[in-house]
Amino acid sequence: MVWDVGSPLSIGAILFTVIIVAAMLIWVERRLLGLWQERLGPNRVGPFGLLQVVADMIKIFAKEDWVPPFADKFSFILAPPIIMIVILMSFTVIPFAPGVGVIDSDIGVLFVLAMASLGAYSVMLGGLASNNKYALLGSLRAAAQMVSYEVFMGISLLGVVALTGSFNLREIVIAQSDGWYIIPQFIGFLIFMIAGIAESHRLPFDIPEAEQEIVAGYHTEYSGMKFGMFFVGEYLGVVLISSLLVVLFFGGWLGPAFLPPIVWFLLKTAFFIAFFILLRAAIPRPRYDQLMTYGWLFLLPLSLLNLMITGAFVLWQEGAI
Amino acid sequence: MIQLIKDTLISQVVTLWRVFVHAFDKTDTVEYPDVQPQMAARWRGRIILSRDPDGEERCVACNLCAVACPVDCIALQKAEDEEGRWYPEFFRINFSRCIMCGFCEEACPTNAIQLTPDFEMAEYVRQDMVWEKEDLLINGTGKYHDYNFYRIAGKKIGGKDKGEARNEAPPVDVRSLLP
Ligand code: SF4
Ligand code: SF4
Repeated sequence: MVWDVGSPLSIGAILFTVIIVAAMLIWVERRLLGLWQERLGPNRVGPFGLLQVVADMIKIFAKEDWVPPFADKFSFILAPPIIMIVILMSFTVIPFAPGVGVIDSDIGVLFVLAMASLGAYSVMLGGLASNNKYALLGSLRAAAQMVSYEVFMGISLLGVVALTGSFNLREIVIAQSDGWYIIPQFIGFLIFMIAGIAESHRLPFDIPEAEQEIVAGYHTEYSGMKFGMFFVGEYLGVVLISSLLVVLFFGGWLGPAFLPPIVWFLLKTAFFIAFFILLRAAIPRPRYDQLMTYGWLFLLPLSLLNLMITGAFVLWQEGAI
Repeated sequence: MIQLIKDTLISQVVTLWRVFVHAFDKTDTVEYPDVQPQMAARWRGRIILSRDPDGEERCVACNLCAVACPVDCIALQKAEDEEGRWYPEFFRINFSRCIMCGFCEEACPTNAIQLTPDFEMAEYVRQDMVWEKEDLLINGTGKYHDYNFYRIAGKKIGGKDKGEARNEAPPVDVRSLLP
């Protein structure tokens, strides 16, 4: 079948859609922020300012692609593609709809977590290679932030895995046919969402690139398309975390039958993307030691508690205790 | 614990909701080139030199505005006509330096120099930002309609002798006081 999981057509369509959506987010984010800040946002280029994306693309491609002479060339050039590649890799395991996806992996959840951790290399290498104090501060913060959220990010998902009994994202969705996991796993959802915001370096947890404090953090020295890759990487991260939230807690493509499954998936994902942007408009950024304290002393115990209760519940259901 | 949840969760949710509600408010943006904004009358924009109610130049070339100007963008030269009125021979404002602070208007003793709500002053050639007296001088009285410096000040000019200004008593003839 042409439209099967992993067919070239399917892969191409997914890659194309994901990248277009990430690029359109440049415009969506600015319009939505405008809406919530009682402004208009870009509305001049094309209908509703839709062609703003094209204008921004032309600008970013035409910019001088400069490597500072004091930077470590190899890692400086290596860092930006990493984040794009690992996040696009994570999309391979996302089940978009029945029969739409790239691979049907039995270790989907683990794969996503592994790729997310690799993404941190991009931020750290970029900051270190820039040989700039702000970039260094940014990547230090990124490292500090990563060790605090990666732990409970993983643990918060284990509740879902325990309920399904599988690491396969497709099976996780199917297991939600009789009730989305948002209800039994509400705490897991909250924790994973907080970790996801930190993962994609979005406000309020954009501590590694806090532009009001440390210029632009780890990408201070980047320009042109190298900066563009960090930028698109961030938006890809938003799309990834939103679709993961949908898959893990909101029943993926499941929904009333009057709309095709893929539309349900896209609608739910769009909702979470908008929510991410609302977070940016509303919540101020904490200090990074506050995030670490909050992560280690509150969210980690909470996620462990959640896992234990879920585990006990699963065992009780199976009659083991 | 309750306090912690209140601080970390409830307050964030309330914030999110309040910001979300802004989506239904009217935007404050004025789409400027298409819609002209309503400028306040006291907006400090393009500078003009006004005339008094008789149609004469108000500026008496006292240089106070040039002294007050924090960026030194006013240049002028005093001249005197045959009636004894002082006036600027040239009066030059370099608008590429002017910061529209309005200090010149504050300093001016004759209400000659005034700032107006016009702000569309962009030019392609830098030299065009330097405005001469012909460009600055308008035919009206600007914001202050009745003020006429020479009709109030005691200075003698053609057609108005000492003692003829408004609220001014004729000068005392000291000889008439002699015994
Ligand atoms: S507005 Fe301020 S800067 Fe401009 S000419 Fe007057 S005093 Fe100078
Ligand atoms: S504009 Fe006013 S302050 Fe300036 S020289 Fe003329 S009278 Fe004096």
